[in-house]
Amino acid sequence: MYRETDIIQTIPGTDEMVINVGPQHPSTHGVLHLVITIDGETVKKVEPHLGYIHRSIEKMCESLSYRQFIYTTSRMDYLSAHINNHACALAVEQAMGIEVPLRAQYIRVVMDELTRIASHCLWWGSVAMDCGAVTPFFLAFREREMINTIMEETCGARLTMNYMVPGGVMFDLHPNFQRDTKTFLAHFRSKIDEYDELVTGNIIFQNRLKGTGYISKADAISYGCTGPTARGSGVSCDVRKWYPYEVYQQVQFDEILETAGDSFARYLVRLAELRQSISIIEQLIDEIPAGEFQAKTKAVLKPPKGEFYSRVETARGELGVYIVSEGGTTPYRIKFRSPGFSNLSALDHMVRGQKIGDLVAIMGTLDLVIPDIDR
Amino acid sequence: MSFEALANWIHNWLYETLHPTVALLVEFAIVGVLIIGLFAVLGLVLVMMERKVSSWMQLRLGPNRIGPWGWFQTVADTVKLIVKEGMTPNNVDKLLFNLAPMLVIVVSMVIMAPIMFAKGIQIWDINIGVLFVAAVSSLSIIGVLMAGWASNNKYSLLGAMRSGAQIVSYELSAGLSILVIVVLTGSLKMSDIVMAQADGWWLFKGHVPAIIAFVIFIIAATAETNRAPFDLAEAESELTAGFHTEYSGMKFALFFLAEYVNIFVVCAIGATLFLGGWMPFHIGSWEGFNHVMDYIPSSVWFFGKTFLLIFVIMWFRWTFPRLRIDQLLSLEWKYLLPISMFNILLVTIIALAGWHF
Repeated sequence: MYRETDIIQTIPGTDEMVINVGPQHPSTHGVLHLVITIDGETVKKVEPHLGYIHRSIEKMCESLSYRQFIYTTSRMDYLSAHINNHACALAVEQAMGIEVPLRAQYIRVVMDELTRIASHCLWWGSVAMDCGAVTPFFLAFREREMINTIMEETCGARLTMNYMVPGGVMFDLHPNFQRDTKTFLAHFRSKIDEYDELVTGNIIFQNRLKGTGYISKADAISYGCTGPTARGSGVSCDVRKWYPYEVYQQVQFDEILETAGDSFARYLVRLAELRQSISIIEQLIDEIPAGEFQAKTKAVLKPPKGEFYSRVETARGELGVYIVSEGGTTPYRIKFRSPGFSNLSALDHMVRGQKIGDLVAIMGTLDLVIPDIDR
Repeated sequence: MSFEALANWIHNWLYETLHPTVALLVEFAIVGVLIIGLFAVLGLVLVMMERKVSSWMQLRLGPNRIGPWGWFQTVADTVKLIVKEGMTPNNVDKLLFNLAPMLVIVVSMVIMAPIMFAKGIQIWDINIGVLFVAAVSSLSIIGVLMAGWASNNKYSLLGAMRSGAQIVSYELSAGLSILVIVVLTGSLKMSDIVMAQADGWWLFKGHVPAIIAFVIFIIAATAETNRAPFDLAEAESELTAGFHTEYSGMKFALFFLAEYVNIFVVCAIGATLFLGGWMPFHIGSWEGFNHVMDYIPSSVWFFGKTFLLIFVIMWFRWTFPRLRIDQLLSLEWKYLLPISMFNILLVTIIALAGWHF
């Protein structure tokens, strides 16, 4: 019997239903709100609603000094806090014309890559969980925990490190850092093979990801996708290769490209990037030169009038920091170009015509971090 | 005194002292209390086992605070669920909403009837035992559909529809793999099936068809109980909790209990059909070995085999990702069902020609 109070109603004239996924939903990994239109199990349309975790970081930065505003960016993409801080530090250094000591450059790159490994580990666990396997999440956290311990020793924090400052890094490395990192890398190399055995080779997992969430090279470019999302479609966009910063020019590593463009391609890109990050750290960890870890800078930074832009490769893609300076102690305007926002915009394109289960898996392979999207 | 003699003594005493109708009702009550007791114990043990098995596979310790090794954790959880308010959301179909969990739990209770727990311990040795199990187990889908529809929630509805498609499909394979044993035994009666395995379990005696049937049965049983990798009806990463999204308190606990008891039931049936039920493990002419095996009580054999299968099903859950709905259905209709049909043809030829041991 039809009742006015029934919530289960279809869109008049069709068999389609509108259903809210989120903001409280186990698969959105945060407070993302998706309004999806479904016809049975098939997804017809996805509409992301943003703003649930908007903290107006960009506006806040306008009233913070050039040293202070960097710390707010740890709270954007909290899984790659180091890399966010790095991008801001680069922009300020560019504005001030600060020369960063070589030791600091090495430390920064090693920290960036450790962060990338930690972030990809967590992603690996959560994409498996989105597909219904819970155990990989705990295996991934075992490795991430080791990185967090290494970070804790040197930076004094486990999540929001605030380690990169304009001119270098805040403290020198902990004496155990090199030893612990090498222990971790040796441990982690064998664990990636375990990851492959447990998840990559699993026939159910491959069937879930292969052929779903397809995005072509042209579409990936026009949606502004970056990072592993775009590289899974064959778009060469690694900032570390195209616009090398710090010591990335000196290290040997490959930009991982897959051409399939589906969820499994994105999965493979990230897993291969883990191996590349290990190799980058291994090349640098014994070569960290002695010297200053921080350049001598003035207490109050006053960049000249002008516009400054820096970009880095975070675990999710390209993060751009755009600073407009009026010559004062605080920035006139700051704009962050976050990778998650552009990648999310391609979600609707990828999901249309797929099943509900695919929606969750595709979101997993996009590796969305909601505070990065909302800021 | 054996259990059978005890049961007979109670039966005779009741019928001598009481009016036959009253005596029958008293017997019903005794059996009911025993089954509810078994339910409670199974719920506690299986939930604890699942948590311990999963923690062991996931580098965790699992519950370890309440009681020795955390064994009273489930007791505490149960008390919490009992005292919790059973919420009924607005605009639900109240009758169906409240009826659904009860229907599900009643089905798992009724299905216990023909299972042989040990030598001579059986509630009802009905002559169509296996058919009874297959028929009653398909009723639980009605409860799930009821819950999904009455909840007035789109997630619940999706979960229920998935569950319906899944259980109806996988029942075919489960039924056909049960038929393999029926063909080999020549009887639907549970006690006959167990007795036929006195000199060897069907898994070993039944050649290739029995092994194929066993594998298909385990897959179908996992699917019928809505366990991962076939837990699409719940699919917590897609549908939050599927058909029981809106349930809380004791009504949720009934669904939860029914899920675990259903696992026990399908594993008990699997153990009865393929692994010889309470029959001890015997090897051909090794008299000494067989004699030692006979000393182990039959209930230990039955529960040991059942819990071995339960462990396998838990192992699945904590290892495999979930299938997608179309993959789930194509697995059944394109692979398992044709294989089962071919298998039943094969076993019929074997049984007719008398090639099995």
